[in-house]
Amino acid sequence: MSPDSKKTFRLDGREIPFREGQTVFDAAMAAGVYIPHLCHNPDFEPHSSCRLCTVIVNGRPFASCTQPAVAGQDVRSDTPELNEMRRDLTDMLLVEGNHYCPACEKSGSCRLQATAYALGLQDSHFPQLFPHRDVDASHPDIILDRDRCILCGLCVRISRSVDKKNVFTMTGRGIATTIVVDSPSGLLADSKVSRDDEAVQHCPVGALMMKGEAFKVPIGQRPYDRAPINEDSVARFRAREAALHG
Amino acid sequence: MWREEAPPAMDELRGILESHERDPGELLQILIKAQHAYHYIPDEAVALIADHLRVTRAHVRGLVGFYSFLSDTYLGEYVVYLSDNITDRMQGSTGLATYLCNRLNVTLGQTRQDGRVSVHFTSCTGMCDQGPAGLVNGVAVTRLTRLRMDLIAELINARQPLDAWPRELFLVEDNFRRSDVMFRRAFDPGAALKAAMLRGGDETLKEIQHEESVDPSSGHARRQGADETLKELYRSDLRGRGGAGFKAAIKWETCRDISALERYVVCNADEGEPGTFKDRVLLTTYTDVVFEGMTICGYVIGASRGILYIRQEYWYLKSHLEAVLARRREADLLGRNILGSGFAFDIDIHWGAGAYIAGMETALIESIEGRRAKPRKRWPLPVVAGLNRRPTVVNNVETFAAAANIALKGGAWFAGHGTSHSAGTKLFCVSGDCERPGIYEYPYGVSVREVLRDCGGLDAQAVQISGPSGVTISRLEFDRNLAFEDLSTVGTCMIFGPQRDMFEVVRNFAHFFRHESCGLCTPCRVGTSLLAALVEKVAAGKGSPMDVAEVQRISQLLKTTAHCGLGQTAPNHLIDSLLKFRGDWDKRMMTTEFVPAFDLDAALHEARQLTGRDDALAHL
Ligand SMILES: Cc1cc2nc3c(=O)[nH]c(=O)nc-3n(C[C@H](O)[C@H](O)[C@H](O)COP(=O)(O)O)c2cc1C
Ligand code: SF4
Ligand code: SF4
Ligand code: FES
Repeated sequence: MSPDSKKTFRLDGREIPFREGQTVFDAAMAAGVYIPHLCHNPDFEPHSSCRLCTVIVNGRPFASCTQPAVAGQDVRSDTPELNEMRRDLTDMLLVEGNHYCPACEKSGSCRLQATAYALGLQDSHFPQLFPHRDVDASHPDIILDRDRCILCGLCVRISRSVDKKNVFTMTGRGIATTIVVDSPSGLLADSKVSRDDEAVQHCPVGALMMKGEAFKVPIGQRPYDRAPINEDSVARFRAREAALHG
Repeated sequence: MWREEAPPAMDELRGILESHERDPGELLQILIKAQHAYHYIPDEAVALIADHLRVTRAHVRGLVGFYSFLSDTYLGEYVVYLSDNITDRMQGSTGLATYLCNRLNVTLGQTRQDGRVSVHFTSCTGMCDQGPAGLVNGVAVTRLTRLRMDLIAELINARQPLDAWPRELFLVEDNFRRSDVMFRRAFDPGAALKAAMLRGGDETLKEIQHEESVDPSSGHARRQGADETLKELYRSDLRGRGGAGFKAAIKWETCRDISALERYVVCNADEGEPGTFKDRVLLTTYTDVVFEGMTICGYVIGASRGILYIRQEYWYLKSHLEAVLARRREADLLGRNILGSGFAFDIDIHWGAGAYIAGMETALIESIEGRRAKPRKRWPLPVVAGLNRRPTVVNNVETFAAAANIALKGGAWFAGHGTSHSAGTKLFCVSGDCERPGIYEYPYGVSVREVLRDCGGLDAQAVQISGPSGVTISRLEFDRNLAFEDLSTVGTCMIFGPQRDMFEVVRNFAHFFRHESCGLCTPCRVGTSLLAALVEKVAAGKGSPMDVAEVQRISQLLKTTAHCGLGQTAPNHLIDSLLKFRGDWDKRMMTTEFVPAFDLDAALHEARQLTGRDDALAHL
């Protein structure tokens, strides 16, 4: 870190150093403090839609993934109230779709499932909404199962900014929001998507998956079978920070 | 269901596309015209539009799926939308909808077999003082009765073009019941703008009056007037009339001071808050005042482009608004060289397409740019990076009208009215159970009781202040004041008489928010749905104290974690209602701790039939 980076803010009583332009979230994770999150992936532009990363800054709630770090501010994150809200948000994402973890190919590498575990969410409290959403299995390599989509918008952002293909967009609104695919028929098979697209690699749940690869890593040896998501996320974040800024 | 016979010819769309630049920002405006032309957006149109604007088809479909007035299925030659605000319901809209559907022989929400007509509900159309109201092919119809529904059904069955329908169906009244210092007399177009430009000395006065002597390159006359006008705005202490109450002078000055090649003035005429209709009245009768306020803003901040973003429910005002703009250009009050001062400014109109969230300022900017109206990230603010990522002032219609008055009469004059924290006067939209619904202008600080007295609604049991996102007050609170320091408000007072069941009010509001959530963030998208379902559970007589606790828990979650004001305020009505009108909830509740939403025993019915059992053990 450069010498002018002595700025800090307080997070749950601990001093967190940050660089100018960093968000509360980025600084906290780089300092080894896990803030639960689902729609954010530090390699891509933040979106602030899942709201799991909500923290209290100087008494007011903000999404930490988009909130700029400011010297001297007081941030609360690991509080019983906030963790309960995060559990409720995770629960909401589970009941909003049709999730069947025990039978899901993504089990063990799904960030939604792992986050639920990390937050101590034992079972669903809210009633299931049982939406009717289409599965698109038309593509030879890729499957889009909207039932498991949590509308994090990562595929939309990545396809636009990294793959430069703009394959995914959202349509509908409110509870009827769904992913649409850009092609004349609206099907993946007729779109420009291909197996090496970044957009397909980063889906946090089992909504966008490669066909035929689901069980390459056996259940029990998958990332979140080995280590809880908080450790894994923080480790990845620190490695990334070290690579970027030494 | 109506089935499409053959794809419609796309000639009309080609014409529409030719009249628009190949700018993705035109997308929503093109879709609105295409929807009016075809009564849906066929696949062929999606492809043509996407090619013309060089955007993806998915992007086009994304907009069609987002905005209420766009549809990917054919809605019929005549498309009827009935306003579904609680005030319309209190005026009998539900029964009238059934009546109209019967007369037309259609199912609500479905296109008639012959492709002639469909009938739908939509959120509040802003005619609460003359409801039940609706829209026919985009044009407002008011004061609906069975007689009028008969007439409408006849006209549709006879395929009469809208132009041939009796004018009285489309009559929209101002109902301006009380005016105070701001809207007392007619406004002389140009007067406020001249006053703004002339502030700061007699020299410049002469220059502008004689038009020819201004040197546009020096810009001196212009800047001095702008600075002095900004000072007047500071003196006035004007706070935004669109809800949040932010000081207008700070917003304008911040925007002015950020260096940029261009900056913009946006007038927010989305007016989506149910029960609110003051902006409609201002744009009908005080049109020049509003446009002049925008022009003065452009002059003060150094913008050359203004945009009026207006909800499509007010489509019937289109020719009027365009005529006023044309007249102002003619009179050199808009254009390249306004009043000969060298100042250039013009105003375009952008239409919304049915989305309450589009009134939220960053969502509104997204909508102007031709995208789904989703709020942006919290930072940067629009005054720093708004439309086209350039500094942008977004103000409410009434705020601009007040700014024009301040430019004309000075900040001290304005600050001399109202209270110490809420300067000036405010328009209130009064509707519901009272004798004289309509628009009332009062100085800030007026009590609810005084408003009720003037409009003839004193026997009310409750007033909803500021729309569903606002506050529900009971008769114990009628002496409270309408001002930022007490009951802060966009100016909406929906009155509920003693005969009303206050639970029906929350039922209406809960569905409104469920329908209008943009879907971006988890708490609002899922929470409004869960809340509406809980309210329905109570309505069905299956509510228990546990459900009430659940409503409170989800409400708290929305208030704390939702991304924008919509989600954060969506539970207000529920919290207030539980606090103040618990009786109307309790009378439908079961007394046990918890009742499931479904009937366990009934659910076993099928299993019993399949197994042929009906003994005691096969029942719960
Ligand atoms: C869901 C939502 C809807 C809104 N709708 C409107 C509206 O229809 N008109 C309006 O002027 N402001 C609306 N606002 C407030 C605007 O975001 C913004 O504060 C306002 O236009 C600023 O203008 P003002 O300072 O003149 O009030 C809305 C805000 C939210 C959160
Ligand atoms: S498909 Fe996956 S990446 Fe895309 S929005 Fe859904 S959950 Fe996110
Ligand atoms: S609070 Fe609701 S309307 Fe606002 S961003 Fe979130 S989902 Fe959209
Ligand atoms: S991680 Fe910040 S809102 Fe999703």
